[in-house]
Amino acid sequence: MKIEGKVWRYGDNIDTDVIIPARYLNTFDPAELAKHCMVDIDETFAANVKAGDIMVGGKNFGCGSSREHAPIAIKASGVPVVIAASFARIFYRNGINIGLPLLEIGDAVEKISANDVLKINTDTGTIENLTTGDIFHAHPLPGFVQEIANAGGLINYIKAKN
Amino acid sequence: MPLTIAEKILARHAGLETVEAGQLVICALDLVMANDVTGPPSIKEFEKIGRPVFDAEKIALIPDHFQPAKDIKSADLAKIMREFARKNKITHYYEQGRVGIEHVILPEFGIVAPGMLIIGADSHTCTYGAVNAFATGVGTTDLAVGLATGKAWFKVPESINVHLTGKKPKNICGKDVILTLIGKIGVDGALYKALEFTGDGVAELSMTDRLTISNMAIEAGAKAGLFPFDKVAEMYVARRVKKTFEPVNADENAKYCSTVEINLSELKPVVALPHLPENVKPVDELGEIKINQVVIGSCTNGRLEDLGIAAGILRGRKVHNDVRCIIIPGSQEIYKEAIRCHWIDIFIDAGCVVSCPTCGPCLGGYMGILSAGERCVSTTNRNFRGRMGHVDSEVYLASPFVAAASAVLGKIATPEEVIGYEN
Repeated sequence: MKIEGKVWRYGDNIDTDVIIPARYLNTFDPAELAKHCMVDIDETFAANVKAGDIMVGGKNFGCGSSREHAPIAIKASGVPVVIAASFARIFYRNGINIGLPLLEIGDAVEKISANDVLKINTDTGTIENLTTGDIFHAHPLPGFVQEIANAGGLINYIKAKN
Repeated sequence: MPLTIAEKILARHAGLETVEAGQLVICALDLVMANDVTGPPSIKEFEKIGRPVFDAEKIALIPDHFQPAKDIKSADLAKIMREFARKNKITHYYEQGRVGIEHVILPEFGIVAPGMLIIGADSHTCTYGAVNAFATGVGTTDLAVGLATGKAWFKVPESINVHLTGKKPKNICGKDVILTLIGKIGVDGALYKALEFTGDGVAELSMTDRLTISNMAIEAGAKAGLFPFDKVAEMYVARRVKKTFEPVNADENAKYCSTVEINLSELKPVVALPHLPENVKPVDELGEIKINQVVIGSCTNGRLEDLGIAAGILRGRKVHNDVRCIIIPGSQEIYKEAIRCHWIDIFIDAGCVVSCPTCGPCLGGYMGILSAGERCVSTTNRNFRGRMGHVDSEVYLASPFVAAASAVLGKIATPEEVIGYEN
């Protein structure tokens, strides 16, 4: 998948409670979750995010609760890919499982700022910062995990194997 | 090749002689668990797969987060799970009145046992490492596939050796041990890794201490927090687990990626300041921090021993006038035992709210939501921004010793400030 979009930049340890606060977990409707995505740290996000915009975080992105509502809220906001220095383990699995590409690039993430425009090829993991000219390469997914991602998520992968 | 506990359990469930850290394996699961927040979306994904449940006896569905229902939408979630449980004849579905907090009742009922491999759609599933089970949190899609296939994929984690020595002082419990560890290694200090607790200090820890410690392994980013199978664990499971089980201990010379030393005798009562569990400081270095609320309970510290600690401090005392103190037994059994011990009398006489078992306030669900600017000392596991209510409220994580002492004094306090302890 090739993506070009504007960056919403967040810091380290973005937890799933701020991605989608528990007061909104009495539903799992993606459109409803998207309305409240990031609200506790960025009230402007849900109202202003445009389809194709890219979310970028620091280290340990998605830490905390296992709620898959968090990557679902991000995906339903129109964000097609999340980039971070590192991802918390459960969030990482959840992203792959729902077909939301997650690109881990370590300290290189410091060279991406809010409102930069990135051009991304999720198949190769190549990220081009069109604003600064920097090019990064995300760590590749191991073994059959890449096949799960290629299938668009775990349910599709399992169904294809049936 | 010598193996860690994590490697041994994953190898056994993958049908392999041996595995090594970094290897991808597909494992057979002994238990698949979800709650009323994560169960309903898992059921929806499960139905897309178009298979029956893999084994109705190896599934646990626990309505504990927003139940008894806090609102209509939460009642709808409970209904989806209840109807699914009935239709599929799920053995371990527990209705309100019989249910407790998932990570309290599954060990208490003997449903989790040593050597098991467990996934749960709740990040604190790692609690069962205390019972010598490899248990880890997953999202709803992994859970859906677990319900249908009884399998999950894992990347075999490296293990950090948390080497415990010494004896814990009387005002210290498992919460101080795990907060101190998270303070040392940080909230991503064990990312993609397992924690394995070793050393002579393990024998000094009760099962309650161990359940608290393993529960918060995820707060250091860990995949699991594993204790060995020793006499303490053996006594705990002997009274509860009815089926046969195969405990697992690490081999001598097992390979750990790093070692962290903790001398229990040097520990002091600590709190984690807002807004991360790694912001750990000794209580006696804090100065005066006034508070509005105290919560004692949760999957971290809602067990009988925790309530006993709180009762010991609140006996014959009153909760400070500026404080609401909410006490939540983790299960109906614990609630009943606390009544038998007259601890519930102590709590109510002190001016506490006592609730039925629920996750309620821990995740800002209900039963103790904070207003703007309010501070809460809580025995729960997370103090993220807005976790327990308003985005401008604050949560300080602490042991039941510190929480109860703080309730009495209206500020964050050590138990010694209320009651003398001789070590």
